[in-house]
Amino acid sequence: MTETAIPKPLPEADETSGPFFEGAMEGRLMLMRCSDCGTWRLPSRQHCDACLSPNFTWEQGSGRGTVRTFGIMHQRYHPGFQNPYNVTIVELEEGPRLPTNMVGIADDQIRVGMAVVVEFEQHEDVALPKFRPA
Amino acid sequence: MGHPLRGAAAITGLGMTPMGRIYKSTTELAADATRAALADAGLRKDQVDGLLINAGITGTTGGGLTLGLQNYMGMQNLRLLNHMNAAGSTAAQMVQYAALAISAGMANHVLCVFADAPLREGSSAGAAYGGAARNPQRPRGMSGLYAAAGYFGANTPYALAARRHMAEYGTTQDQLGIIAVGQREWATMSPLAQLRSPITLEDYHNSRWIIEPLHLLDCCLVSNGAVAVVVSSAAAAREMPQPPVYVLGMGQGHPGDTGRTGAEWETQTGAQLAAKTAYAMAGAGPADIDVCQIYDCYTYTVLVTLEDYGFCQKGEGGPFVEDGKLGPGGSLPTNTGGGELSGYYMWGMTPLSEGIIQARGQGGERQVAKHDTVLVTGNGGSLSYHACLILSPHAN
Repeated sequence: MTETAIPKPLPEADETSGPFFEGAMEGRLMLMRCSDCGTWRLPSRQHCDACLSPNFTWEQGSGRGTVRTFGIMHQRYHPGFQNPYNVTIVELEEGPRLPTNMVGIADDQIRVGMAVVVEFEQHEDVALPKFRPA
Repeated sequence: MGHPLRGAAAITGLGMTPMGRIYKSTTELAADATRAALADAGLRKDQVDGLLINAGITGTTGGGLTLGLQNYMGMQNLRLLNHMNAAGSTAAQMVQYAALAISAGMANHVLCVFADAPLREGSSAGAAYGGAARNPQRPRGMSGLYAAAGYFGANTPYALAARRHMAEYGTTQDQLGIIAVGQREWATMSPLAQLRSPITLEDYHNSRWIIEPLHLLDCCLVSNGAVAVVVSSAAAAREMPQPPVYVLGMGQGHPGDTGRTGAEWETQTGAQLAAKTAYAMAGAGPADIDVCQIYDCYTYTVLVTLEDYGFCQKGEGGPFVEDGKLGPGGSLPTNTGGGELSGYYMWGMTPLSEGIIQARGQGGERQVAKHDTVLVTGNGGSLSYHACLILSPHAN
């Protein structure tokens, strides 16, 4: 049985994340920023993680960050993935942390603390933020 | 004057089913453990007036233990009843709430029951915990980025945490491996353990990668089974058949999810907060602990938890465990039944059950000679939830 035809799970926008996914299609990493305390966040909650204020603006992040941590997956969870592959958490310059994958680098060359920059992986109706060495 | 709750309650009964591929419903397993615990405690069912239950992963995936256990056991006069869940920290928490209720006069004998049966005939252990990965729906919003990155299961966050510790402090694969080897050596002496063949560090390195830096032998088992524990007042415990296991200290610490900005969740766990509370209540510190039962969903969890209880400095967990001091004959006997890696995986009931056995002095071949103070810890989520007990065969 060939499983290569099964695609990776591709997310779609929910009520709070529309501008994030729209921005991604245009090559921009859009984040929420608290209007009261200035803390940045991923569009996952309706209020600021730091002060709970519901007031925010959408702002474009720099797209730069560092590798917070990573793992190399060998366990087969989903047929859309070719093992092994890296699972990486990037800590953005603005603070929030994104689950992602490193591209443009061999898995065994990835290092914690490495400077990285965003690159968008285009799919038919969604673009995903991936990162390469800066 | 010590803390008023120090030694106020005691564990007076323990009942366990066989562990592993035991194909019964969670209710039947819970009932088996409950009858065993009542017999162990010398109690009739009608003397039990408190019931706390915790379903394992089947509480989420289906078929999990429910409050229906009360009726299945024919318990008709409960003064305390609840279904609790803070993942792997729940077992220690059930004993804590039982001790508090007993001290407040709200119950005399509280039964704390865990049961789980995620293993189905013909399916793998991995399927029991990783099934959600194949949800055909498109994942929505930010949480969808995890699936899109191939971030699945509990193995992923623990691998990420271990990697961060390695990068920050130079912790090595050998140091994780020595934990697995030591616990397997303990398991060879436990008739309760599922994996009893000794392993070497070479076996550890040769075991397949799950997600680097975690090998298969870094990861816990998946088990079907049940454990029931009876908590009573210290005064009642002295009149009961088993050697009382007094609760000298207890604490919790819950740092929350892994996504929060600025958190050092990978290397600084809720154990730090729980330890402060529990040590203060018990009037004890790490130097007073004779035996550790540390929640070990992964080898790394043991290493980071020992740091957070102050057995060594932050970051020095690797060199601390390297000499094999956690294994048989070592200076800090830890997970003496093989733990969740080699013994059985009953969430927080794994460390709790072995803690009770060791405190009573009933460990047989694996019994630790000095067992005056036993630390039992529970961890859940992705190092998100933590609770602990300091147990002793002595009330003072």
